[in-house]
Amino acid sequence: MTALQIIFLITAVITLGAAAMVVITRNLVHAALWLIMTFFGISVLYVLLNAGFLAVAQVVIYIGAISILMIFAIMLTRRVQQDFGPQTNAAWPWALVIAAALFGGLIWIFSGWGNFFTQAPVMGERADPLRQLGMALVSPEQYVIPFEVASVMLTAALIGAIMVAWERK
Amino acid sequence: MIPLSYFLVFAAALFSIGLYGVLARRNAIAILMGVELMLNAVNINLVAFWRYITPTQIAGQAFAVMVFAVAAAEVAVGLALVISIYRRRNTVVADDIDLLKF
Amino acid sequence: MLIEYLPIAILLVISTGLAALIVWIGNTFGPRRPTLRKSLPYESGMNPIGPGTRRMPVRFYLVAVLFILFDIEVVFFLPWAIVFRQLGLFGLIEMFVFIFILLVGYVYAWKKGALEWE
Repeated sequence: MTALQIIFLITAVITLGAAAMVVITRNLVHAALWLIMTFFGISVLYVLLNAGFLAVAQVVIYIGAISILMIFAIMLTRRVQQDFGPQTNAAWPWALVIAAALFGGLIWIFSGWGNFFTQAPVMGERADPLRQLGMALVSPEQYVIPFEVASVMLTAALIGAIMVAWERK
Repeated sequence: MIPLSYFLVFAAALFSIGLYGVLARRNAIAILMGVELMLNAVNINLVAFWRYITPTQIAGQAFAVMVFAVAAAEVAVGLALVISIYRRRNTVVADDIDLLKF
Repeated sequence: MLIEYLPIAILLVISTGLAALIVWIGNTFGPRRPTLRKSLPYESGMNPIGPGTRRMPVRFYLVAVLFILFDIEVVFFLPWAIVFRQLGLFGLIEMFVFIFILLVGYVYAWKKGALEWE
């Protein structure tokens, strides 16, 4: 057990526990707060993967924006938040079975794969993933088309969200 | 050092938890939270494969940024739909939203 | 490499510990004598009128959607800005196309009145 492994295990346990609370807690506002905790743990994992930029992006987008959007949506549909009925539908045991089967199947497939226990290659001192990412996003041989299409998608999402949520007077 | 297996097992667990949330919860907003968990699990996988298998190519991180954008768009439109349905039908329970037109 | 994140970790531990400590001290040593008046929602000393949980206007949500859009835009900007000098004119044109497409949505939101708050 190295220090890094211990850090990973603590983070993973906290994150998975928070994720489990998101799906089982009854109060939706609490679920949103646990979701923020999960996002935070994932951002720590990005740091462990040497992806500092993604860790910051995770905090800025998921914690800063998506969680806020969730909380606003919960407040806008406020009455249902104190729903007294069951929070799960009738088929929840099947959902549990399917989720467990998926987890088992994924682990089974992974364990037969040769690279499962591979160690991380050493990152060179000169390697700069952020610079590489910037080049990749706008170079014509790589991801310039997805980059521009992403802006079309965001515009469509903005217009769609305003169209759908707009309150007619 | 941390082997790749740790990240893959973690991401598989997170994805399964998200899947359970999507399948079992009644509230549409809670279902969207489950979808967010699943997208995050996928992102962890993308970045882990980038770091462990192809650290010289940046594809994993580029895809992860695209997933960020898709997740934001998805949650914006999805929650707008939930709010709109709530305003007209007074419910956010996914089982009650079973008509294509109302 | 990871050692440069140590200050953030220390900050995290201290802030979590301090928050927990403050809540714990308040719960342990603070006197609690709840009466009906004290547990009512605070409304400047008046008797509250109606429940405190009213539905919020949808404008809050629209502002949040606008915010999320520009948030994503910033995340796309940052890697581009780092390599801006190497990319030259081509990178600049691409980014202008990107911004222009996003501006369409922005103008729509503006015309629709999503930015006004009467």
